[in-house]
Amino acid sequence: MPEASAAGGVMPLLSVENLTMRFGGLAAIDDLSFDVPAGRISAVIGPNGAGKTTFFNCLTGFYKSTAGSVRLNHPELGVLRLESLPSHQVARLARIVRTFQNIRLFPKMTVLENLIVAQHNVLQQASRFSLAGLFGLPSYRRAEARAVDKAVDWLRRLDLIDKADVPAGALPYGTQRRVEIARALCADPLLLCLDEPAAGLNPRESGELNELLLRLVKEERLTLLLIEHDMSVVMNVSDHICVLNYGRKIAEGTPDEIRNDPHVIKAYLGEEEEEEEEEDAAGAVQAKAIGART
Amino acid sequence: MPPLVSVGDAPTLVERGRDAAGIALIALLLGIPMIGLSTVDQSGALRVLTRWPLLGVFVAVAFCGRLLLRYALDRLKSRLRTRGRQAAAASARHGRVLTAVGWLAFALALVLPLVFADNRYVVDIATTVLIYVMLGWGLNVVVGLAGLLDLGHAAFYAVGAYAYALLATQFGWSFWAALPVAGLIAAVFGLALGWPCLRLRGDYLAIVTLGFGEIIRVVLVNWTELSGGPNGISSIPRPSFFGLPFAPSGNAPTFASSFGLEFSPMHRLIFLYYVILALSLLTNALVARLRRLPVGRAWEAMREDEIACRALGMNVTNVKLSAFALGAMLGGVAGVFFAARQGFISPESFTFNESAIILAIVVLGGMGSQLGVVLASLVLVLIPELGRDFSEYRMLLFGAAMILIMIWRPGGILAHREPTLRHAAAGGGHA
Repeated sequence: MPEASAAGGVMPLLSVENLTMRFGGLAAIDDLSFDVPAGRISAVIGPNGAGKTTFFNCLTGFYKSTAGSVRLNHPELGVLRLESLPSHQVARLARIVRTFQNIRLFPKMTVLENLIVAQHNVLQQASRFSLAGLFGLPSYRRAEARAVDKAVDWLRRLDLIDKADVPAGALPYGTQRRVEIARALCADPLLLCLDEPAAGLNPRESGELNELLLRLVKEERLTLLLIEHDMSVVMNVSDHICVLNYGRKIAEGTPDEIRNDPHVIKAYLGEEEEEEEEEDAAGAVQAKAIGART
Repeated sequence: MPPLVSVGDAPTLVERGRDAAGIALIALLLGIPMIGLSTVDQSGALRVLTRWPLLGVFVAVAFCGRLLLRYALDRLKSRLRTRGRQAAAASARHGRVLTAVGWLAFALALVLPLVFADNRYVVDIATTVLIYVMLGWGLNVVVGLAGLLDLGHAAFYAVGAYAYALLATQFGWSFWAALPVAGLIAAVFGLALGWPCLRLRGDYLAIVTLGFGEIIRVVLVNWTELSGGPNGISSIPRPSFFGLPFAPSGNAPTFASSFGLEFSPMHRLIFLYYVILALSLLTNALVARLRRLPVGRAWEAMREDEIACRALGMNVTNVKLSAFALGAMLGGVAGVFFAARQGFISPESFTFNESAIILAIVVLGGMGSQLGVVLASLVLVLIPELGRDFSEYRMLLFGAAMILIMIWRPGGILAHREPTLRHAAAGGGHA
């Protein structure tokens, strides 16, 4: 398979090498190697149970991988080995922030509070073991004002500003997804990992999501890594796609390459399709992608 | 979108009638043998009498009662739904009302001992209420804010009380010197409990904290050399008025003699009342302030979703331990006051019952609500007091009252949560 062909010479932000995650006898991820180019949108796709979310959990320190390494080229701290970091350090030091397949907001707290909690580490440091905060020292008050400004800024840009004081749990599903992305952005990510950001969105909302993702990469120079089932999102925004099946990488490349890859078609449509003409199967995948878009 | 829901839910008149008729039918069937027929003893022989008119009244009452009950429940439900919808708009107003109520309660608490200066009973009960308020506020940090179910809070209460009792009787420490030290000792115990509980949540955590509470009590019962065992520790020195003892005037200056007052045992009680009032107000100020700081928000965020906290780079270990330590410290300080007020402590005062009442105060008051804790403490201390006339039915009354409150307000008396900061307030005139 062509390694990092789609990266197009862009320096990888994240390199996954021979990553393996076993649960007892089951290899949920089997010897996965994969580069995430900086400043691009990469996607991990695959049928249900292919190990996509497990991969995210390994990447963000929620699981300890059985073998292999994950390296991050941090612009300030040099190369970080993520597989040995606990989950909160992955977010704090390596600045890899993720969202969740089943939204995990703080439902009783307001949207604004959710975004302030995302800046916990900065604020906690400014509050000096809560003492500066308790006495309301100016240094802490400035830090808090900055945090609020940043949160308000993201709320404006994601068109959530009129929801700022609403408890996050009271919002409609699609809006909650956006709040979760806004919250992740407040944590200053180098790499933003989105686990099925389009799940449960209607076509208009997923169209808006596409725009948002493209804008983030263009304006913020963010690197995005998606897990997604919605082909209209994956095929329209990704620069680089990695396809997993049964924990193994079966293909990697640009959306066009993936669309026509026989292994991918086989994984998605099953073994019987192998006997048919390749073009038919490829057409079927494309039809599926188009179907998902409408 | 909301109207769709309520239209579908509102029952028509026919539906209501049918529902009530069903209940009336059951009443009729039950009523025929129970009311319609009755046996009377007529000169040694049993005769069956019929009472159809009474049965008719009974069925009619059941019919109307059901109709009314159903209507009341539906109205309550729809009102709750509208309230949920307008929650955001109403919440700011709600918050202001609660603040006003809080200040009013504060003013009442300030003047209470002056009004009842010669009523020992009232001042004593008020002091007990305040001890529970303080314990409730301490536990509120752990349970209400951080969402860690702690069934052993009385352990920290005990640690604080015994720490003061030992420091005072063995080393002659004064109340004011022992107060912070005993608080710190309790905080250390809080950390000791928190450490093994880091990975536990919900039921499992509750079981471990329950066990911890029992361990402390059993150790106090059995470690006779340290704690005096079941006999407890007696003649614990009472706090003095900054060096001036409350005693009948003798050679040394006393509180009464220095202020030119006639000695009265009420002076000490009133002083103790103001001490616990000051301590609990300090607790309230501390907790209310911390809630608006990063730690406080982290506690609440952790209660809402621990995994999301970790994904945002929060060190959940520190957040949990800080909640346990602070809650334990506040419990310990309340314990110091308790020991100083009683003058005698024994493990009997720190049973699981105590933990359960403190937890009930937090849950009944509305998790995380400071004012709710005050109301719940009032209710939980006053109900058994008012129920003294019912002697052994007192606890039955207590249980029934708790069940009714939880049915009436499942989220606690004050389930309102005030956001720690608002865009509307900060952002309105925001540069």
